[in-house]
Amino acid sequence: MKQRIAFLCILALLLAVGSFANAQDEELTGELEIFSWWAGDEGPALEALIDLYGEMHPDVEVINATVTGGSGVNARAVLKTRMLGGDPPDSFQVHAGEELTGTWVVADRMEDITFIFEEEGWYDVFPQDLLDALVVDGAIYSVPVNIHRSNVMWYMVDNVEEWGIDVPTTWAEFLDVCPTIQEAGVVPLVVGEAWTVNHLWESVALGVLGPEGWNSIWTGELDPAGAEMVEVWETFGDILACTNMDVDASGLSWQQATDAVIEGDAAFNIMGDWAAGYLTTTQGLEPDVDYGYAASPGTDGVFMWLSDSFGLPVGAPHPDNTVAWLRLLGSLEGQNTFNPLKGSIPARTDAVDAEPDLYNAYLQSTAADWSEDVLVGSLAHGTAANERFMGEFNQVMEIFLASGSAEAAASAMGAVCIQSGACG
Amino acid sequence: MRSTRDRITAFVMLLPSIVLLGLFVYFFIGQAISTSMTDWGNNSAQPPLSANVVKSYVGLENYERLMSAVLEFPFRVSMVNTFFFTLFFVAGCLAMGLVLALLLDQGVAGEGFFRTVFLFPMSLSFVVTGTIWRWMLQPGGGLNILPQSLLGLEPIEFRWMSSREIWLPFLWEDVPRYITYLGIAILALITVNFLSKGRRRAAQYAIGAAIIIALVFAAGLWDRIWLPLEQPETEASIAPKGFNAALIGIIIAAVWQMSGYTMAMFIAGIRGISEELREAARVDGCTEIGVYRYIILPQLNPIILSAMIILGHISLKIFDLVFAMAGPDNARTVVPGILVYIKGFRENAFAKSAAIAMIMLLSVALIIVPYLWSQLRGQSRDRG
Repeated sequence: MKQRIAFLCILALLLAVGSFANAQDEELTGELEIFSWWAGDEGPALEALIDLYGEMHPDVEVINATVTGGSGVNARAVLKTRMLGGDPPDSFQVHAGEELTGTWVVADRMEDITFIFEEEGWYDVFPQDLLDALVVDGAIYSVPVNIHRSNVMWYMVDNVEEWGIDVPTTWAEFLDVCPTIQEAGVVPLVVGEAWTVNHLWESVALGVLGPEGWNSIWTGELDPAGAEMVEVWETFGDILACTNMDVDASGLSWQQATDAVIEGDAAFNIMGDWAAGYLTTTQGLEPDVDYGYAASPGTDGVFMWLSDSFGLPVGAPHPDNTVAWLRLLGSLEGQNTFNPLKGSIPARTDAVDAEPDLYNAYLQSTAADWSEDVLVGSLAHGTAANERFMGEFNQVMEIFLASGSAEAAASAMGAVCIQSGACG
Repeated sequence: MRSTRDRITAFVMLLPSIVLLGLFVYFFIGQAISTSMTDWGNNSAQPPLSANVVKSYVGLENYERLMSAVLEFPFRVSMVNTFFFTLFFVAGCLAMGLVLALLLDQGVAGEGFFRTVFLFPMSLSFVVTGTIWRWMLQPGGGLNILPQSLLGLEPIEFRWMSSREIWLPFLWEDVPRYITYLGIAILALITVNFLSKGRRRAAQYAIGAAIIIALVFAAGLWDRIWLPLEQPETEASIAPKGFNAALIGIIIAAVWQMSGYTMAMFIAGIRGISEELREAARVDGCTEIGVYRYIILPQLNPIILSAMIILGHISLKIFDLVFAMAGPDNARTVVPGILVYIKGFRENAFAKSAAIAMIMLLSVALIIVPYLWSQLRGQSRDRG
């Protein structure tokens, strides 16, 4: 009898151990809701990642929740109602930098995922500047998927040749060729709806201030209402006079603005390098052959970056599935699946070297810049300043557009800096 | 005895809707009022989206800042925009609706068909209307090249949603003065009206009200309501007030959508006037135009009032049409509804956003409550 009980006990123990081991590599089940603003042209890249996840974890049902709108303008509003209402998705897209740390991490809405970085050995594969934007008090809160460059100027190679103009390398050069281009009946620099004007502004400010000057706005060393800033706004005003700002700008999406360059209605366009994906994939044009690109004037050797990242919100319904998703996002395979389709470069510095054939000429040259250039964070895309500053910066822009006064704009920016606490 | 039981039954039957209304309407209005008096989103030491954010009571500070702070100029522009939008939208709908209704009243063949056609735009949502009209008004788009393709004229060059032109310019700080003059003028008209009808008592009340308004203005009480701007000179250069020409396209789209509805209201009103009245007028030698001028139109006054209330509250709350046509970032077409969204969900300034929402609620209440009050009073008078 005793023997029998002992035997049963051992059997039970073995079974328990066995089932425990089973639980360890048990397939993930349930759902995984991924919240992002990647729809339309950017949709296929996300779909490819989801397919890859589906192959690895076939029992997980992935819910692809997207809210359209360039740069996530609408998605963020939906996300906030969900987070405030206690209904967070399993993982959501967020720009690395202040948009992650200044909005969600300070509000205690994100889980610390440092353990993933340690287990996967990711500290060595992401650049330090990028990691700094994801860290608060030594803990990491999201996994960067891709890198986009904000300060890129686009043009059509044949058109520029036909009009006989050189691609300007400084804003002074641009302002010199501006009248020549206008005489040809072409818009020298095309802009679109409001956020693309802010996007242009950050390239101008970077060109005028240089990378150290730009960074010192956010550390509080540079007076946002001071003489340097006034000069930025004055230059910006001169440049706006060379754009379609007063004609049809506010009705154009960034794609329509890029179309104006393709069709030869405009000479140049300053846009983030998601435009490369649009030009190559949607419009079927060849980099260097059909369309050309250069760092925006005065910013050669400087890489103004922004990065899409995903994290694990507090209270996510399926955290295990999210952790698996985050591991995939940061892996070589994940980054090399997503980025060639998205038209961005991998955040990992070793990814392009692993499979260079996946990337076209533009992306290869940008990847090289990413590991060599001076890195600065973008304002218009949530890296450099918090959301309050970004929102109120629109008022500063409107003050400048309405009054045309560089001094008024600079002093308003000083006030916004103080109100939002974004500048140091 | 019986009536008490009736009352109890009635109360029990009404209870669910009273509870639901109380919870989902009035409780949340109260919630918005209390939020608007906090510093939620203004205090940079308190992350606004945190689950345990500390919201301190600040009284009316948010309202004061909206009225006077330099950087809050979009709110003041939005108020001016709402005023002009409401004015032209309501007037446009009434005019179009009346013309359509009078045309259909002429006994045209296929009246039912035309009625459906004119009413049809109302079945679209404002977002659809906005998208359609945005395309039509694009530079080089449908409406702009219409004169060219039809008549060979020059295409329209007007920049519908991106125009920065301002018509009827005025200064923000002059508004209380205009309101005072307008109030006195209206009361003067009412007084004359009462006197001509021999209602002396009512006329005395109106004169008294006019005197009080004039005194309020003279005593500088307006400065407490309409707070002085922090920097009046800057305001005029960074956010000049007036009718923003960029609104015209949006007004056209809104009138296009709602004039069919106004027409339906007018038709219902006209059909309610008995044929005998018209016959009697004709027998008395009244012309067809005279029938409309002296018989039909005066009897449509209640319809006009109802239409004004319904259209007015739509335009005070307008959001989706402007969002779809001009986008949320267009500084020249901003309306309070858009600002509530931007302040709340972009800048995380939830208290300020709630304050704007409360001002919207107040402005709607200003037209709805007197209307409901007079309606209810009229009904109880009918019954009694």
